[in-house]
Amino acid sequence: MELREKAKQLLESGEVKAVIGYEPGTQGARRPAFASSAARTGRLGFEGEQNLASYVTRKEVKRLGRVAVAARPPVLRALLQLMAERQIKEQEVLPLVLDADGQVQELATAQAMEEHLALSPQQIPARDRELMDRLGGMTRQERWDFWQGELSRCIKCYACRNSCPMCYCEHCTMDCNRPQWVPVPSHALGNLEYHMVRAMHLAGRCVECGDCGRACPVGIPIHLLTFNAEESVHAQFGQRAGASSKLDYALSTFRPDDKETFIR
Amino acid sequence: MADMYQLASASLDPLFAAITASGRRILAPTDQDGRTELNPVTRFGQVAKDYVQTTLSAKEAVFPKVEQLLSYTLLPGKVDLVDAEPAAVPTVVFGIRPCEASGFQALDAVFNWDYRDKFFNARMEQLTVIGMGCTRRDDACFCTSVGGGPGSTRGSDILLTPTASGYLAEVQSDKGRAIVALAAKLFTPAAAADKSMLVALPAAFDQPALSAKLPAMFDSPLWAEQSLRCVGCGACAFVCPTCVCFDIQEEADTRQGRRLRTWDSCGYHMFTLHASGHNPRETQGARWRQRIYHKFSTYPERYGQLGCVGCGKCTRACPVDMNLQEHLVEASQA
Amino acid sequence: MSENNIYLPYLMRIAKITEEAPSVRTFRLEFVDEEAASSFDFKTGQFGLYSAFGEGESTFCIASSPTRKGYIECTFREVGRVTAGLADKEVGDIVGFRGPYGNVFPIDQWRGKNLLFITGGIALPPLRSVIWNCLDLREQFKDITIVYGARSVNDLVYKHELKEWEERPDVNLVCTVDPGGETPDWTGKVGFVPLIVEQLAPSPENTIALVCGPPILIKLTMPLLKQLGFTPESIYTTLENRMKCGVGKCGRCNTGKSYVCKDGPVYTLDQLNQLPAEY
Repeated sequence: MELREKAKQLLESGEVKAVIGYEPGTQGARRPAFASSAARTGRLGFEGEQNLASYVTRKEVKRLGRVAVAARPPVLRALLQLMAERQIKEQEVLPLVLDADGQVQELATAQAMEEHLALSPQQIPARDRELMDRLGGMTRQERWDFWQGELSRCIKCYACRNSCPMCYCEHCTMDCNRPQWVPVPSHALGNLEYHMVRAMHLAGRCVECGDCGRACPVGIPIHLLTFNAEESVHAQFGQRAGASSKLDYALSTFRPDDKETFIR
Repeated sequence: MADMYQLASASLDPLFAAITASGRRILAPTDQDGRTELNPVTRFGQVAKDYVQTTLSAKEAVFPKVEQLLSYTLLPGKVDLVDAEPAAVPTVVFGIRPCEASGFQALDAVFNWDYRDKFFNARMEQLTVIGMGCTRRDDACFCTSVGGGPGSTRGSDILLTPTASGYLAEVQSDKGRAIVALAAKLFTPAAAADKSMLVALPAAFDQPALSAKLPAMFDSPLWAEQSLRCVGCGACAFVCPTCVCFDIQEEADTRQGRRLRTWDSCGYHMFTLHASGHNPRETQGARWRQRIYHKFSTYPERYGQLGCVGCGKCTRACPVDMNLQEHLVEASQA
Repeated sequence: MSENNIYLPYLMRIAKITEEAPSVRTFRLEFVDEEAASSFDFKTGQFGLYSAFGEGESTFCIASSPTRKGYIECTFREVGRVTAGLADKEVGDIVGFRGPYGNVFPIDQWRGKNLLFITGGIALPPLRSVIWNCLDLREQFKDITIVYGARSVNDLVYKHELKEWEERPDVNLVCTVDPGGETPDWTGKVGFVPLIVEQLAPSPENTIALVCGPPILIKLTMPLLKQLGFTPESIYTTLENRMKCGVGKCGRCNTGKSYVCKDGPVYTLDQLNQLPAEY
């Protein structure tokens, strides 16, 4: 069964109020698409890059009711991480995936989602792996210069933040003016502090979808910062974001056998 | 009535040299890592050869993303207030498209409505626009639907149009004539305006008809539907040549401070948020509607010109392909 | 090239601070620059942007009357970063002021008319400017009635002036507090402002109504006045909206085709009805 048939079925039966997938866009691009009635499913497909999990925490979407989501591995990971962070409940979102035969399958439980992910794990694209290795091979000064150069082009549009499924806070740190944690204007300090804080807030939570880098209108490979933070947490704490719907977050959980001595 | 000249292809090198020698900096589209953006250049050879549009717009030359408005020192019982002077340097913006060039007039209408903004005016005064007509376009372009065109001279001090042997130069203003005077022998009078190489772009929708029906569509559910995938970032507003909404931010410590103007967007949820918590535009649908109405209904009503030039930059920059032309066509047919 | 910097504020010294109600203060401000002090003028209804240097600017009406020279007054509630910064200030401290901005209450068109003021809580400050302006030109107007209410006795602002108005024979002041907000010695009315207006049943004959208040007050009072026979052109209000520049450029206060900082903040009900409900 194809996505649009499954979507029709789910909408007609009333099991979900909307199906989120992708549709053809400008100049061959693919973009997120919402079908809230069987009649509107005609262009829905699985192919697309944006992480659709970023929609399930938005109030305009929550108001619709239970939604089905076309869920590639990064989307599944994001949904599991959102469950682990108690932002969505299992029954609120129905992930739809393609099984080995290319047929649409419903993953109605967190357990089913975890099992499916284990079978088809996500890979970081080769190009990004290459870039990360290149950055890793640089000296500190070279890496600093690289990022200073890239971030100087940032215009603080927040396309990166708003595309990210993990940036769901209604009142983001950047929005806070008491105190003004990070300067708003897009000057050197404002850009640097924003991206540093965001990378730290995503360490251990980034599901490595790369949406932030794709969203950037000026082409800053900002996803590499959060990928790096994520890999760092994995290397040091053995934890990966989006692996399970239950999680003791590495950066806010302490164990007696932690290797740092300050805790003792 | 514009003065018309022929400019040979080989003449751009000496023209750039003459402009640079006159003390003007040149901003032109350059290629970097597969992207085309406006950057300072000194030689024509540095200019990108094959581009539809730059991602960011030339508005940054007159309305920078960060601008200091004033600064102060704080002493007991005393505040030393210091006015800020805009860092305006003589500048030529070269190679922007007619759509983008016509955007300066939309900025001017806002920045000079009753109160004159000296920061914008100082920069605008020092700016000369040499536009470049379009021999190709992409699916995001819709200038001809909003009263523009690939060969429109509106907003360009000199509009260059590619011809078989070089360029047609239509010189529109004193600023344009001053550039010609820097290298007069490069410009030979043209008898006729050869614009045959310009790309053809049929209009996609009837804009006057759409603008006329918008007031009655205010409560339509269309706006909420169209904006479901919008993530509420500022990419569209920031790349737009006519978007001018800004924020004023204070940066200070106990001894001194400064007030900065920065780009802002009506698409952000905090744009209209009151301190009480009340938000007049609570949903993304209301904010998307504001974007459309401001550009196509309420702005033109006040200023007599549209708030959109059909450049398509918003569509290309949008992370989720909120194709403005597509949405406008849909609204026209609703 | 030297145009004026329209974003540069006047420096103002705080001459007097009055604690009106919990978290609500009035500042009396005097111009530091003597030339500005003598040349500054405004009309009732206009507002300004007040700076707490270090924090930013906030928008308040000019709460004093233009007939009183040499100073301006503003009344504000501490509710965010800038107002908290202002609330921290003491007499003698310096703040900033940009203005006067916006349109005006056309009081010269109201000669010979009755004036009816209906307001509540900290919505009294903008109308207080009009009230004192009209009282300073008392012979130009006929009956002046003020209906003012707050959540509780403590929340009433300008308590001394309320007493003054009550004692004046040429002003009819009706003060009220919400049920439960009265104190044992309260001699005013008890009830929500719209209810009190209903009981008062003012005549629309030759009367201009000025209504300013929180959304709920406006929502209930406007239909009531319509019922009593007031025309939309004879009802005035003053709007608030989020502002930053105050001069029609930053876009924040734009509602429909109107900029509250330029086409407002004063609107007749007729004009208000033509705006989308996005304010």
